[in-house]
Amino acid sequence: MEGGGSYESGDLDNLKATELRLGLPGTDEPEKLPSMLPRSSKRAILEANESQSKRNPSEIKSLEEDQKPAAKAQIVGWPPIRSYRKNSYQAMKMEAETTGMYVKVSMDGAPYLRKIDLKVYEGYKELREALEDMFKCFSLGEISRMDESNVHEYAITYEDKDGDWMLVGDVPWEMFLSSCKRMRIMKGSEAKGLGSIP
Amino acid sequence: MSEDEDGGGGSAKSRGGGGAPPPFSDQVLEIVLENVLQFLSSRRDRNAASLVCRSWYRAEAQTRRELFIGNCYAVSPRRATERFRRIRAVVLKGKPRFADFGLVPINWGAHFHPWVSAMAAAYPWLEKLCLKRMSLTDGDLSLLAHSFPNFKELSLICCEGFSTAGLAVIAEKCRHLRVLDLIEDYLEDDEDEMVDWISRFPETTTCLESLGFDCVGSAVNFEALEALVTRSPALRRLRVNHHVSVDQLHRLMARAPQLTHLGTGSFGSAAAAIPQGGNNVVDLMSTFAGSKSLVCLSGFRDVAPQYLPAIHPVCANLTSLNFSYAEVSAEELIPVIRHCHNLQIFWVLDTVRDEGLQAVAATCKDLRELRVFPLDPTEDSEGSVSDVGLIAISEGCRKLRSILYFCQQMTNMAVVTMSKNCQDLVVFRLCIMGRRRPDHVTGEPMDEGFGAIVMNCKKLRRLAVSGLLTDKAFAYIGKYGKLVRTLSVAFAGNTDLALTYVLEGCTKLQKLEIRDSPFGDSALLAGLHHYYNMRFLWMSSCKLSVRGCMEVAQRLPHLVVEVIRERDEDDDHEAVEKLYMYRSLAGPRNDAPPFVEIL
Repeated sequence: MEGGGSYESGDLDNLKATELRLGLPGTDEPEKLPSMLPRSSKRAILEANESQSKRNPSEIKSLEEDQKPAAKAQIVGWPPIRSYRKNSYQAMKMEAETTGMYVKVSMDGAPYLRKIDLKVYEGYKELREALEDMFKCFSLGEISRMDESNVHEYAITYEDKDGDWMLVGDVPWEMFLSSCKRMRIMKGSEAKGLGSIP
Repeated sequence: MSEDEDGGGGSAKSRGGGGAPPPFSDQVLEIVLENVLQFLSSRRDRNAASLVCRSWYRAEAQTRRELFIGNCYAVSPRRATERFRRIRAVVLKGKPRFADFGLVPINWGAHFHPWVSAMAAAYPWLEKLCLKRMSLTDGDLSLLAHSFPNFKELSLICCEGFSTAGLAVIAEKCRHLRVLDLIEDYLEDDEDEMVDWISRFPETTTCLESLGFDCVGSAVNFEALEALVTRSPALRRLRVNHHVSVDQLHRLMARAPQLTHLGTGSFGSAAAAIPQGGNNVVDLMSTFAGSKSLVCLSGFRDVAPQYLPAIHPVCANLTSLNFSYAEVSAEELIPVIRHCHNLQIFWVLDTVRDEGLQAVAATCKDLRELRVFPLDPTEDSEGSVSDVGLIAISEGCRKLRSILYFCQQMTNMAVVTMSKNCQDLVVFRLCIMGRRRPDHVTGEPMDEGFGAIVMNCKKLRRLAVSGLLTDKAFAYIGKYGKLVRTLSVAFAGNTDLALTYVLEGCTKLQKLEIRDSPFGDSALLAGLHHYYNMRFLWMSSCKLSVRGCMEVAQRLPHLVVEVIRERDEDDDHEAVEKLYMYRSLAGPRNDAPPFVEIL
């Protein structure tokens, strides 16, 4: 059954091997047939990016189960959305899925960096939560603590196109997406002067 | 004889001109009557008037200006044009609604050609035409353009078969054109054969009031469009397609500050880059501020969220907002929606989540119609909206009349809550996308929820059900749904009883469409007393057999019973995969394709 054990290494190449698509095995180009989009590939990539220490048998199983329904044939005309609208949505999703926006994320004190796909997040809140998740295994402290005192241990910063280090959250999300080159979660003491985090 | 809701005209015999002319005194009476009847506009009233006596029948026929044909196969073009001689406006509907979801094979029918040919001869003064789910060619459009010198308004909804070539002829020849609205049509356009139809409008000032082409897949000549807008001082409604970028839109809006309805096209830049220093957003915002008449916004096909604030100045005036093609999050929606106090119609994608719907409920106290579409319309997608959003809407938007809600999980409690809070509901369409899914909290069928809707919403006329439903739900519908005219059923019910309850109980039922439900011949036969009062019945992937359908056909000679067979079903000739039946004065149609068998 597809998906078995392939997430243990969290390796994107193995992920590709289990991807459902048309075409003979070994062909690289997935055919862009609207009716056969790889189901929730966005979600699969997101989960594969998560910290390795979170990987456990029950989670692998749930990932496998997520893959199962995709094998079920799509019923004609269900859900009842007009084909015009359905095609438009699929075009929108394909546009979103094909262009990934991967940036490196470093955290002061962590032994290695991570890489995330910014396109996967809807806004700053989701990004913060994802970073929190990703780095909490290092037990370095909380990234975004909701305090009245507004004092945080860490500040999330990013390097923009001009090479300047900016505080994450100041500019509209879309603008952030197009200017962010990489990110650094820096200690609060260093972040002084960058302003308070919203 | 035109299709009407209560079947009033169905029994009138054709009297077109046969027999001796009435005596002089009667003629005078008829002329007097005509002068009175010409003020009657409601077709229901007219149908009733036509049944009083022959004199009234004739007078009504002479004074009817608008012809409504709810099913193009229910009457022949000749019969309609012979009875009604002075028609100026026609509404014509073709394929059954399930055709929108791919359940009706291509080339099934609903051809416009016989109608336009008959009308070309009979109605030289035709001004308005509205077609829905019809199949029409460029040749038909050309015939139209050449046959009606006073033609003013063309609306094509969910039609197919024509291309930009046909649009070009309309633009060029219909010199009095006021309205050209293309809504969710499917244009046959080869990449190489596209025609620059926008350039074909006359060079002089036009009387265009409404131009909508958001479904046209090919880009239009922008310079020509801008020039057209400039020389159309009466233009109030403009809906462009996604090829028009936000910068281009800006230019168009500057040319037409008097617009009331605007379809914004992409509302993003082709380059998908940030604007230069944010000036563009400010400029755009001031342009919107200058469009003081805007009440309806749609489009937003590739919306770049940084442009959304530009519409803030008009939000307070908006009565209609269509975000159903805009992937907008709750975060992005809230700053917009909290200005929209006067919103009555809101279409949106489920990307706004329950949180977004809560914001809608908090602000849009006047909301009448809500449609929430799923960005990922598959059964196993992650649902983004749920019972939480539905409850919020029901609590905030008490005047709600119409709702279409796609979700992955729902509870009876939420539906019951809505039934109690929104007593004005006329249309309730809930689509739980996972088939046969129960209440996600209690695990029970959704019977009680839908039961509450038909019980509490006394004005309900249209209902679409989903989720796990037993016969009980249909017992409720039959018992309480006395005003229901349209019912859509999918993957529901246990036995024939369910359909029987509906057919026996829903006395006003007009349109019934059912798919993938275990209803067989005995249920079908339970409706014999009612089928002449209905516009149509559609049943696909149920448990019908040829024998049952044949019996209906024999017992009801004025019903056309179509069995649609897509594959060579050599395994089972007895089973009926798709049944479409409708009352008709025209008898079996002569244009049925090979895969349609008329019993």
